[in-house]
Amino acid sequence: MDKNRKVHQFKNPVLNWIEFRLPIISYFKKEYGDYPMPKNCNYFWSFGALATITLVTMIVSGIFLAMNYTPHTDMAFDSVERIMRDVNYGWLMRYIHSNGAAFFFIIVYIHIVRAMYFGSYKYPRELNWILGVFIFLLMMATSFLGYTLPWGQMSYWGATVITNLFSAIPFIGEGLKTWLLGDYNVGNATLNRFFALHYVLPFVIFGVVGLHVAAVHVHGSNNPDGIDIKTNNDSVNFFPYMLIKDTVAMCAFGVAISAVIFFGPNLMAEVDNYIPADPLVTPAHIVPNWYLAPFYAILRAVPDKLGGVLLMFGAIVILFVLPWLDRSKVRSCNYRPIYKWFMMGFFVNFFALGYVGMLPAEGLYLLIARVGLLYYFGFFFIITPFVGWIEKPSKLPLSISDVYAKNIAPNIGGGEKGIPSPAMQKDTNL
Amino acid sequence: MAKKLKNKRRDFLQLSTVTLGAVGTAAFIWPFLKSMSPAEDTLAAGSTEVDISAIEEGQSITIKWRGKPVFIKKRTKDEIDAAKMVQASELRDPQDDSDRVQKEEWLVLVGVCTHLGCVPLGQKVSDMKGEYDGWYCPCHGSHYDTSGRIRKGPAPKNLDVPPYTFLNDNTIKIG
Repeated sequence: MDKNRKVHQFKNPVLNWIEFRLPIISYFKKEYGDYPMPKNCNYFWSFGALATITLVTMIVSGIFLAMNYTPHTDMAFDSVERIMRDVNYGWLMRYIHSNGAAFFFIIVYIHIVRAMYFGSYKYPRELNWILGVFIFLLMMATSFLGYTLPWGQMSYWGATVITNLFSAIPFIGEGLKTWLLGDYNVGNATLNRFFALHYVLPFVIFGVVGLHVAAVHVHGSNNPDGIDIKTNNDSVNFFPYMLIKDTVAMCAFGVAISAVIFFGPNLMAEVDNYIPADPLVTPAHIVPNWYLAPFYAILRAVPDKLGGVLLMFGAIVILFVLPWLDRSKVRSCNYRPIYKWFMMGFFVNFFALGYVGMLPAEGLYLLIARVGLLYYFGFFFIITPFVGWIEKPSKLPLSISDVYAKNIAPNIGGGEKGIPSPAMQKDTNL
Repeated sequence: MAKKLKNKRRDFLQLSTVTLGAVGTAAFIWPFLKSMSPAEDTLAAGSTEVDISAIEEGQSITIKWRGKPVFIKKRTKDEIDAAKMVQASELRDPQDDSDRVQKEEWLVLVGVCTHLGCVPLGQKVSDMKGEYDGWYCPCHGSHYDTSGRIRKGPAPKNLDVPPYTFLNDNTIKIG
């Protein structure tokens, strides 16, 4: 133990008592008080905070749902209906939880788009990106497990289709599937373990989120111009500036999610899931949740079972190596005149894949899915390395403050728009 | 010399400790992994006897066996001929019709698509039966013929034939 450790001194003796034994107060002050944020960060940078809040909301609403849910094939569907009809505010808990899952994915997708467009995955934040992709994977697993629990038709057949993906693996596939299900088909053993795992995985996510946040705090947040903080003039303290900004974002988000929870709670739900699971009848059209649809479209675009499964998982795994596929040193696409358009094309393509993933895999939809599949992998394997090599990036600003200096004198140009941002106004007030 | 010997003894102790630890951990993990496999009562799911006397020619019934749907179809003459005409070598999962039935008119299949486990359509008269007039899986568009063999679509294998025996002319025992 280091006897010479410098202990922070506070006015409040209780805080001093705690601080001496566990320096948690100075930790929070450093990481969430004085923590420097680039002053040019826009509202895209609020989605990390939104995602954290949503995760907590999901865990809390989930715990209260679990108090009334019964994970048994004979009772699961009825217990969910009982939550909806008889349990006090059960309907609210369930609609918060089901729509919260959808909004969680909306937020995380925007968060990922932000990271990709502004190059947040690049040096020195590669590990941060990897942890993020890992969280995304855990989220997909958790939402799939959770979707099985209401034991409706979509729950049952969704679980059947996804667990059958594992049977595509040569030799061990069938055995692995049976082991995962605990039965030869989706049954009570499956529902039981899915419930157990659905309960525990969010806490694992919470832990990885902790690492994800800790990792970003080491080198600080990226920003829309993708350049490093050089002087104190380039940054603002997290408290109060970014906290207030995140709070504004949170209010807007609260309005959006409340509108859906109270006025369209089943907008994103599948009607068939209000029919109890029937192992003898497959619904005519099995659809995944919309937030998994792009990957489902990739699965169906391939006319081979193992090939489809490999490409679907490959579509996620490829994200892990993105920092090494992109050779460009310039982070932000705002300064990459060619790659910028391919990047936007990637987002549109992902959206299109999701759209056709919700429709039957035939005719034009199948064609779109196949073209989308080609672009998806082409973007990572060909476009990203190649464009990074041939592209001549625009001139980067000398510093973050420099971005605003250019904006103040419109004749010099260079910035995006001549409108002074709030952060800049703060600058002029100094 | 003595030092070298001492090192050897250290290495041995270290290696055997690590090995023992690894084996012990593996032995400890095994029951947990094994507990996720199907339980004894699940394995003992047993067999089902079905009365087939009421099934008309061209008709098909669905029964539940080990939690899965099983199709029992009394095929028409045309359907049998169509199934027999196909050269096995042209198929994705080559199998002659005669290897898939015990009595020509009775086709018994596990009604689970070999792609991703949906139940194919084709049991009801009004169902889509696919391009080969057998079964059609609505999930990802696999077509099966009148012998339950995969003809078109992503499924890799023919519909499974469960183990069954004819107890008499009117009763089949499945399992």
